[in-house]
Amino acid sequence: MDIHEYQAKKILSDFGVKIPTGGIVYSPENAENKAREIGGSKWVVKAQIHSGARGKAGGIIICNSPHEVALATEKLLGKKLVTNQTGEEGKIVNRIYIEEATDIKHELYLGLVFDRPSESIMVVASTEGGMSVEEISKDKPESIMRLKIDVAVGMRKFQARELAFGLGIETELISKATDTIRGCYRAFTDLDATMVEVNPLVISKQNEILALDCKMSFDNNALFRMNNIAELRDKSQENPNEVYASDRGMNYVSLNGNIGNIINGAGLAMASMDMIKLAGGEPANFLDVGGGATPEKIVKAFKLISMDTKVKVILVNIFAGINRCDWVAEGIVQALSKIEIKHPLVIRLAGTNVEKGNEILKKSNINYIEASTLEDAANKAVKALG
Amino acid sequence: MSIIIHKNTKILVQGFTGKIGSFHAEEMIKYGSNVVGGVTPGKGGITHLNLPVFNTVKEAVDQTGASTSILFVPPAFAADSVMEAADAGIKTCVAITDGIPSHDMVKIKRFMRRYPKDKKMGLVGPNCAGIISPGKSMLGIMPGHIYKEGKIGIVSRSGTLGYEAAQQLKDLEIGVSTSVGIGGDPINGSSFSDIIEKFENDDETIAVLMIGEIGGPQEVEAGQFAKENMSKPVIAYIAGLTAPKGRVMGHAGAIVSAYGESAIEKVELLKECGVTISKNPSVMGETVKKVLVENNLN
Repeated sequence: MDIHEYQAKKILSDFGVKIPTGGIVYSPENAENKAREIGGSKWVVKAQIHSGARGKAGGIIICNSPHEVALATEKLLGKKLVTNQTGEEGKIVNRIYIEEATDIKHELYLGLVFDRPSESIMVVASTEGGMSVEEISKDKPESIMRLKIDVAVGMRKFQARELAFGLGIETELISKATDTIRGCYRAFTDLDATMVEVNPLVISKQNEILALDCKMSFDNNALFRMNNIAELRDKSQENPNEVYASDRGMNYVSLNGNIGNIINGAGLAMASMDMIKLAGGEPANFLDVGGGATPEKIVKAFKLISMDTKVKVILVNIFAGINRCDWVAEGIVQALSKIEIKHPLVIRLAGTNVEKGNEILKKSNINYIEASTLEDAANKAVKALG
Repeated sequence: MSIIIHKNTKILVQGFTGKIGSFHAEEMIKYGSNVVGGVTPGKGGITHLNLPVFNTVKEAVDQTGASTSILFVPPAFAADSVMEAADAGIKTCVAITDGIPSHDMVKIKRFMRRYPKDKKMGLVGPNCAGIISPGKSMLGIMPGHIYKEGKIGIVSRSGTLGYEAAQQLKDLEIGVSTSVGIGGDPINGSSFSDIIEKFENDDETIAVLMIGEIGGPQEVEAGQFAKENMSKPVIAYIAGLTAPKGRVMGHAGAIVSAYGESAIEKVELLKECGVTISKNPSVMGETVKKVLVENNLN
């Protein structure tokens, strides 16, 4: 789960990391007031969307008066921002963060992630803040420091110090820097985060170390024990069909094609999408209804797919193990008695009791195209597009 | 021989008395697996499915001599149960549970490092289908009857895609020595190369089918391992050709975030290691058959 910049900064400040003074607003009037309240003579108006690269998309505006802050807020509120991370449809701006402008001396990069090869937590730091980590690793790979942390003892002070000195931070600021780095680490581990990225982490001309921008992601599997984090979810930043699916415990990802998929198992779902592509089609979605594929889940899946206006053909591919094809077939028949499907429907069943399952489908009055293998199913689905 | 589990392997079920644990324990017993008891803290002393229930894994190991466990404990408590198994001297633990937080997995892996190599537990999963050595023993949640006894080793992240492969092989009258599901989580127990190494050392296995997907370094590491250490042919299919970058595709670990993690890149890197690629998921069986013929192994 992703959260907004202002939420991430609030969390960091709770862990002792300094952030510029700022506040969240929902209207231009609100914004003007907030700017006066913050004080100073220069402000940054920042569109809050779940994406990086907002600056390039026009989502960050520097202002020289509270009136300008109001105008910038008016311009951004309700707008859809398209960045290189949002896809063509962009993300809607419903919240604006107003912040005092910072006099920047140095921009640094600090990130924490899980490192899959070493199965530990990795800190990544660079002197080249302000660029994306992909750009840094391409243009300035020699500036990157990586440090693996032993989770049994956590991040030691000397490790944070090594990073701070490695970043070229002046001696009198080292202690502030180690507190900042260790604060980020504690936020990462205490809150079940999967990513904490402070970019840039800046040293101001007043010799403060500040998190100027921050992105955080959290482990969905840990939200059951992180109520304070779970409530930060902003559904307006997610695809509506994906929200519908996740609220009902389905694994769904919306894609750009027109063949809708209902499949059990994540691996089989990815494989079926691949087959569609190889057959010359494009999948409209990834949908894993779970290894079980119970009738209730099939009903929900059909509802979800029929909400997607891009879909022109529906492909059902179920490998029934312990749940048996006859049971799955009954689920499909039951689902289709409740929902009207206007598009051609291709069904491929495999596994336990496949003959019985196909017989049940044939005897029902469902209008469908039967397929035998994965390849056959994909070919028939593409052909049904006409 | 098969790998990891054999006809007489003594199995404990952790989370034995729960609905899911009970259901799959019964399926395993029906298949012929040697289930000797289970663990549910607080229910020790009762009998469930005609087998003894224990409060702790240590007690269960002492009383039954079990060497292996399968875990159906809910995600919030699963990490603790895996560590309990490791500490009680269990040799292989299969964690079926889906949804264990990544921070817990990192701790499990760190905890397991405290034991010397000969006492260290092998963890398979989590979020996996388990292990089956057809005709001998089933330590998992797969439909046992789709696996024919034979000589191909299967190792797969995905459960259902592993079933698909077993079915395709069966349709071509090719059998399986052991099939291992290593699960779809980003940080997991046994890796592809851990399992492939076991297949290399197994007399009964003549070739290995590896079913991977997008995300993480394990498929490519296994390819490199195969290039340097394997005498037996390796065939691979990698799912997720059409998966968009940066999105999680069902399995928490199925996300492309670095170079070498997309399906196309993995396929290219595996080919360089001499692994035969199954072009699409519909021809996994045929590709295995072709490789067997080419190597005079059929």
